[in-house]
Amino acid sequence: MFKEILIRMIQGKRTFKYPKGPAPVLPGKFKGRPYIDSALCDVNCNSCSDACPVDAINSQTKTIDLGNCLFCNDCTDACHSKAIVFTKDYRLSVRDRNDLIIHPEQKEIELAKELNQQMKRIFGRSLTLRQVSAGGCGACEADVNVLGTIGWDLGRFGIKFAASPRHADGLLVTGPVTKNMELALKKTYDAIPEPKIVIVVGACAISGGLYKDHPQANKGVESIIPVDLFIPGCPPNPLTILDGLLRLLGRV
Amino acid sequence: MAAINHTFTPINNTSAIPLEKIPVLAVDDFMQSILKSVQKSHRISSYFGVATDKIDTTLLYVILSDDDENRLFVGRTEITGGSFPSLTALCPQIHLFEREIAEQFGLQPIGHPWLKPVRYTRNKTSPVEPAVGDFYRIDGDQIHEVAVGPVHAGIIEPGHFRFQCNGEKVLHLEIALGFQHRGIEEALIGGPDKKTIHYMETAAGDTTIGHTTTYCQIIEALSHTKKTARAQVLSGIALELERLANHIGDLGALSGDVGFLPTASFCGRIRGDFLNCTGLLCGNRFGRGFIKPSGLGSDIDSTTVDTLLKKIIVLTKETKDAISLLWSNQSVMARFEDTGLLTGQQAIELGVVGVAARASGLSRDARLNHPSGVFRFFQMHTCTVDSGDVFARAYIRWLEIEQSIDFIIKQLTSLPDGSVTPSSNDLDKNCLSVAINEGWRGEICHVAITGENGQFVRYKIVDPSFHNWYALAEAVKNQEISDFPLCNKSFNLSYCGHDL
Repeated sequence: MFKEILIRMIQGKRTFKYPKGPAPVLPGKFKGRPYIDSALCDVNCNSCSDACPVDAINSQTKTIDLGNCLFCNDCTDACHSKAIVFTKDYRLSVRDRNDLIIHPEQKEIELAKELNQQMKRIFGRSLTLRQVSAGGCGACEADVNVLGTIGWDLGRFGIKFAASPRHADGLLVTGPVTKNMELALKKTYDAIPEPKIVIVVGACAISGGLYKDHPQANKGVESIIPVDLFIPGCPPNPLTILDGLLRLLGRV
Repeated sequence: MAAINHTFTPINNTSAIPLEKIPVLAVDDFMQSILKSVQKSHRISSYFGVATDKIDTTLLYVILSDDDENRLFVGRTEITGGSFPSLTALCPQIHLFEREIAEQFGLQPIGHPWLKPVRYTRNKTSPVEPAVGDFYRIDGDQIHEVAVGPVHAGIIEPGHFRFQCNGEKVLHLEIALGFQHRGIEEALIGGPDKKTIHYMETAAGDTTIGHTTTYCQIIEALSHTKKTARAQVLSGIALELERLANHIGDLGALSGDVGFLPTASFCGRIRGDFLNCTGLLCGNRFGRGFIKPSGLGSDIDSTTVDTLLKKIIVLTKETKDAISLLWSNQSVMARFEDTGLLTGQQAIELGVVGVAARASGLSRDARLNHPSGVFRFFQMHTCTVDSGDVFARAYIRWLEIEQSIDFIIKQLTSLPDGSVTPSSNDLDKNCLSVAINEGWRGEICHVAITGENGQFVRYKIVDPSFHNWYALAEAVKNQEISDFPLCNKSFNLSYCGHDL
């Protein structure tokens, strides 16, 4: 008993000050929103789009679709003129799928707007989510899970995860939605009472990612059920996920 | 004794041999040799089919590990027609491999006692819904059945569990997986290409470093390239950081499952901090983009080394404090001890690997038995506990945490110089390469077979979970069903690593 109390005192209070205070420090090599400098880009060179494992780069328009992007460095390594750089901007979540397409010289994403007034009145101070992994590799799941730890303490924003869809206000889905999970995802969605919201986390859940052309998988959640918030990454940093959730609730 | 081995071909871990050096045995000789090897305590690391040009002919390959003598063997046979003899009744550890061959190649393992799909792979002629079909069932007035999943109560991957219970007591558990099946092995054929390494990174997302390291060793063997000493040490550090994050997370979750919140809270946070250490190495908390064939995605400078060392020294103290609470708390120990028993004999028969094997007293650790990379120069001890219960599986993790921290600190303070830039070369044609590593869950085994032009005609991945899921079902027998979450967490197996 005394040992527990003593160690509790040594461990101290660990919850981040964010969003009221500064965000936790991200590692130096962190890859956030990419920036494309068309002044450096050789229009006739397609090295970046050729190197991209998920065809996230359009060689004609030189745009990057963050809904596909694995943030993997294959394009930056392939680009001879260093026209693509990943910035430290961790804010990536959007409400409209098309807003995930980054154009040359684009420095700001059209970040997620908060829910409409009626929805915000219902969910703004208490949002209970049901999580479904539908072919996710475990990384997105882990970074969602980490939000429940004392460092992030998701509960202080009134957001929590429920064990049953009947107790939930919405779904948080990871994975490309494998054919073997399609029915389970639909049933879970149907079991949630109206009104409900759907949040998708990670490249797989947004577009199918690496698995989008596999006969065993779908092209992400939107091909099955409507989506309200897209949080890109492979996997997104917990800070990116939290930023998205808080934007939806109008808290940042 | 030696005579039997001559039928199978010896092969070194992380090496490649031409296919012509592997004799195609007669089916009976092949099967008998497997049985005799297993009797001599060899282990089946991999057993899989390979399609041939002829429609009714399939090759079967087996990889056997002789852990005591640090040797690997490869054997193959040719199956014509629609069936092959099942060895499951005599050699239970082969059961899931045979089911997999049946599902992937349409071959009937004659005599298999429980032939069902492994992943419910859909084919055009007969679409099967996952977990639909007969389950082992016990009848009686006092018996009730509990079905759980695919969608589970937490933030966790999907799978279906079917319990046969008498009151609170579990008489039988059957686990049906396949919900996560994404078709990775199928997509790897014809590679390697630009997507291949990303499939490895996401085969089991929490084992990114483990699977990617193993894949890169295959490529290095087939292309006669290798990592520099610096790159090998750094990838070893990444592997141990992955082990630390997951083991600490598991101990926290075990603690949470018995309602002991201090350790659960502390470990949840510390786990995140160890993931951040991997983030310091390469920018991604799971090590995506770090391990590359014959090199690394990025190097670290001396300031990062210092930062890492300082962080790890602080975390070591905090980890020790947080976890030591478990062993001195009687209510925790009362729940851990004698729960979810897996005997050494069961573990041997089921071919269990990793933490679960060592917790049942088996000395199985690829870092010692089949060392590769930096582990050839730095010998890790194999930690074992005999009791085979949840406590053993928890305590093994703690012993390994101490050892991994020690390893990382030693390696970081004596990092060799050199470049880590990857290089590439054409892959050898018509070769077989095998690589085995000790991921945090246990043995990861990859086998690649190249064709006429050096492309993969088969790439077989065996995640440790593939060996261990059945052991979980055995461990919960005669336990209270309310202890299932605790038993499950003590194994903490991967769904996607199994389903691929």
